[in-house]
Amino acid sequence: MPDIRDDLKLIAEMVEPNSRVLDVGCGDGALLDHLAHAKNVDGRGIELSMDGVRQCVAHGLSVIQGDAETDLKDYPAEAFDYVILGQTLQAMRRPRDVLEMMCRIGRRAIVSVPNFGYWRVRMQLMLTGRMPVTEKLGYQWWETPNIHFCTLRDFVVLTEEMGLTIEQTHIIDRAGRVTSRAHSGFANLLGEQGVFLLRRNR
Amino acid sequence: MVAPAVAPADADALPGGFPGKRVRLAVDRPMRLDSGVEIGGFQIAYQTYGTLNADRSNAILICHALTGDHFVVETHPVTGKPGWWEMLVGPGRPVDTDRYFVICSNVLGGCLGSTGPKDVDPATGQPYGLSFPVVTIGDMVRAQKLLVEHLGIEKLFCVVGGSMGGMQVLQWAVAYPESVFAAVPIATAARHSAQNIAFHEVGRQAIMADPSWRGGNYLLEGTRPEAGLAVARMAAHITYLSEAALHRKFGRNLQDRKAVTYGFDADFQVESYLRYQGAAFVERFDANSYLYITRAMDYFDLAADAGGSLANAFRPGGTTTPVRFCLASFSSDWLFPTAESRAIVHALNAVAANVSFVEIETDKGHDAFLLDEPEFHQVIHGFLEGCAEHRGLSVRRRAR
Repeated sequence: MPDIRDDLKLIAEMVEPNSRVLDVGCGDGALLDHLAHAKNVDGRGIELSMDGVRQCVAHGLSVIQGDAETDLKDYPAEAFDYVILGQTLQAMRRPRDVLEMMCRIGRRAIVSVPNFGYWRVRMQLMLTGRMPVTEKLGYQWWETPNIHFCTLRDFVVLTEEMGLTIEQTHIIDRAGRVTSRAHSGFANLLGEQGVFLLRRNR
Repeated sequence: MVAPAVAPADADALPGGFPGKRVRLAVDRPMRLDSGVEIGGFQIAYQTYGTLNADRSNAILICHALTGDHFVVETHPVTGKPGWWEMLVGPGRPVDTDRYFVICSNVLGGCLGSTGPKDVDPATGQPYGLSFPVVTIGDMVRAQKLLVEHLGIEKLFCVVGGSMGGMQVLQWAVAYPESVFAAVPIATAARHSAQNIAFHEVGRQAIMADPSWRGGNYLLEGTRPEAGLAVARMAAHITYLSEAALHRKFGRNLQDRKAVTYGFDADFQVESYLRYQGAAFVERFDANSYLYITRAMDYFDLAADAGGSLANAFRPGGTTTPVRFCLASFSSDWLFPTAESRAIVHALNAVAANVSFVEIETDKGHDAFLLDEPEFHQVIHGFLEGCAEHRGLSVRRRAR
């Protein structure tokens, strides 16, 4: 089994065995492949890049070429147990709408977001007066696909406004350590990324 | 060459030394066509490759395109050219005949062994000509279903086809969802577009404008509408390519001459090429068959048959289709553009069906599905492997 990204490992742990999963922005299919073999999941994917799609389908995964912002609307409500969005929300033109659609077509949504409130990011902006470029977010401002950054606290506020319940939170720090105390100011300062399990309020 | 698995008594070699098999179907009970006409005891010519496994779960049906036939892998008995899908089908190929039992039949209405307008109507003792009933994609698939049942196969592992073959694949999945495990419609559409109907009409008018066509009775009258059929082929052939591919192949290059001749000879290589394509085509194809088969494509409209909603076509009895789909399109195909495949994908998503979809980047136009496109072949291979795993087919290849 090839090693998968830290946030993907966490996501995989949240998924119940034998469930139906849609991975939005599934890339080369590493998570779907892991879920299919480790949890016997009925997995589907949407991926924007043709290269990613070809790799996925050539490995026997059910993946379509498509754009989350236009193609999620086709699916019926609660078509999946989980709709997963890994490290892509910040690249969406309308992240709120995407989150809304995810929570409509999935009974639950799992979202991982990079934390723009991470202390190294804050320090770079404060000390150098320039847009932060970090290991995980290695783009210059003029080339970055990440157009809608938020801090972990921003994300939590949005879920409250949208009437979503956060069932689980996991914060990953630079060393890959995980804590689950999402709403503290410390988490927002020390966490490099957050992984959230969401559902709509009943 | 792999040995055919089924050798029923009626599987004689075709006349004229044609390889392959033939069978008379709907002998006891005639088959009702979409037009309402009943047809019984018609012949279907087909070919098989590989071996059917003990539980009959490894059969793949290949559906051929408009002017294709059932000679998928072997040298064509008329043209002497390699099989039309040799790139995709064969031992060790993506559709691996060492693992799968592959079937391909000539469509009803065709002219290479299956009953069509050039055959003799037993009622009159004369060739059918235009008295042959109009057939649809649905009718072609009905006949294929009878063939598959005749071969003792209850459920096909997969149905694969491009262009008109892709229409048949879709029809199979919609008409017989319980008899198909996986479906691979390639470079196709859920309905024939107005532009495509228009191109077909040009071809048909070219045939019917040929004085040798004789109102469709050319076989009786001993003539051949070769000029008309050749023009139809030339016009159609352009739609199978792309501007980029034509330019790459021919540019404005002149044919065996240094300067234009100020006349209407084939000055340009592209003209010469098209004339050759037209001339070669009339050697192997029947003009009336061309009318019938193009008509079948024109009439194809899956959504119309499902109350106007394509998604409904994939929701038989209110439940999501159990068929696993893999669609592929080609970026430079303007006959069946990617948008047509995407419309099918959206309908399948609307019922949360299991679907994969890939657009292959190529400048070769519609014909790309027949050509050496390694990425396309990887996708088909990977999809079939994944499906074989889910179907519980052994993943170990037979030693060769």
